[in-house]
Amino acid sequence: MKLPIYMDNHATTPVDPRVFKAMTPYFTDTFGNAASRNHSFGWVAEDAVEKARKQVADLIGANNKEIVFTSGATESNNLALKGVAEMYAEKGDHIITAATEHKAILDTCKRLEKEGVKVTYLAVETNGLVDLNKLRAAMTDKTILVSLMYANNEIGVLQPVAEISKIAKERGALFHTDATQAVGKVPVDVIKDGIDLASISAHKMYGPKGVGALYVRRRNPRVQLTAQMDGGGHERGMRSGTLNVPGIVGLGEACALAKAEMPEESKRMAYLRDKLKDRLLASLDEAYINGTMEHRLPNNLNISFAFVEGESLLMGINEIAVSSGSACTSATLEPSYVLKALGAGDDLAHSSIRFGLGRFNTEEEVDYVAAKVIDVVNKLRELSPLYEMHKEGIDLTKVQWTAH
Amino acid sequence: MAYSDKVLDHYNNPRNVGSFDKSDPTVGTGMVGAPECGDVMKLQVKVNPATGVIEDAKFKTFGCGSAIASSSLATEWLRGKTVDEALAIKNTDIVNELSLPPVKIHCSVLAEDAIKAAIDDYKKKSNVEVPTKAHA
Repeated sequence: MKLPIYMDNHATTPVDPRVFKAMTPYFTDTFGNAASRNHSFGWVAEDAVEKARKQVADLIGANNKEIVFTSGATESNNLALKGVAEMYAEKGDHIITAATEHKAILDTCKRLEKEGVKVTYLAVETNGLVDLNKLRAAMTDKTILVSLMYANNEIGVLQPVAEISKIAKERGALFHTDATQAVGKVPVDVIKDGIDLASISAHKMYGPKGVGALYVRRRNPRVQLTAQMDGGGHERGMRSGTLNVPGIVGLGEACALAKAEMPEESKRMAYLRDKLKDRLLASLDEAYINGTMEHRLPNNLNISFAFVEGESLLMGINEIAVSSGSACTSATLEPSYVLKALGAGDDLAHSSIRFGLGRFNTEEEVDYVAAKVIDVVNKLRELSPLYEMHKEGIDLTKVQWTAH
Repeated sequence: MAYSDKVLDHYNNPRNVGSFDKSDPTVGTGMVGAPECGDVMKLQVKVNPATGVIEDAKFKTFGCGSAIASSSLATEWLRGKTVDEALAIKNTDIVNELSLPPVKIHCSVLAEDAIKAAIDDYKKKSNVEVPTKAHA
């Protein structure tokens, strides 16, 4: 076993060597511009792009022509939301999303609000899921788009997308899902799930950084978008810019591998994740799982170890790469807004650790991580005045704390 | 974020971890911060009433590595000082000693507050005249 151990696969994943191998010729030998129509360099590049387009489409049950390549899920989210808001402005001016979405959705919505679009941010239940009745109640005749993520990047909970899309359709609204964390990990099917637009990223599924896709439905209904990038009219006018051929080949290959290996891989992920969870919960009291375990990515575990601050825990397990919802680890000095939205309380948000298992983690690594985390949590609790008070039977919620 | 060697040393080998009996009249207890802010420091001093010298100091901290290091360092500095000397410890001294980056300055402020709160508490208990200020 080699240290450090990488267990932060929701942040990014390593490129699978098979993906890397598929990409390499497109940097040097077959480097053509896929838009060059009059020579073989261009044709070879175009063939590679079209093969990748089919690989992406096949993974999510789409048609080739419904895949628009982008620079990643952030761009896909921007294009979906801004493109729909602009294209359907005459039909309506209302978008529904949720408080636990990724910043690429929330900040795009903030921008749209400045431009006069009305946005409803649904609260989520304590298990992290959207209440469908609240969604129904929020729908109006002016609602043009519902955008709710497939799987959450912090707590891994899977929203009931098939039911959400039905509710959107009943009122004539489109349904977009940020499927960045879900595609390649759980079966995503744009037909069964009733998805109109879906954002996809390569680097969360063992592909390269800097490339992604937006699924745009072409039939029932035909979704139209106003392009947000003007230029040569690539990608059927929806996204101008010379195609990132090696990156797209990598995304395609990553999708093909995910499709072939998902049944086995998701079982292995769930086994390792559950082993980690069971070990931690068996050895540590006052450890709380954030978000439902019932509807969740097989590779995600998010736990709050009460009375221990997240950054100090990360410091103690510094040869293990995981992340925390602690304010001290974020650029904004605010604890995780996702965990706050679950109503867990800021103190538990500060104490949270996100484990993101991946294709290359081994059982030996999971055993090591479990033992190390248990050891460091126990050590830090020895140091924690809160744990001491808890042990003395003091209700910490009743204590008058000094603000600072 | 990279931690200074001194922060790492205090984190890995915290000095004077523990608690004194709060009801002991020679013990002053300061508890500052709040769980929802991600930092709570409990700092205690044990004072020789005859000399006014802090003979022992202990801490427990819920917080990031820099908060743990700041309070650990504070207990080291407090031992052997008189209560008045202790009140002269400034958060900037802690920042300099531990090479804390700007985002961690609040940890040192909290440690200074904890020192003042502990000494306040001791003075109150021993009926020494106390300056009026908020404390835990």
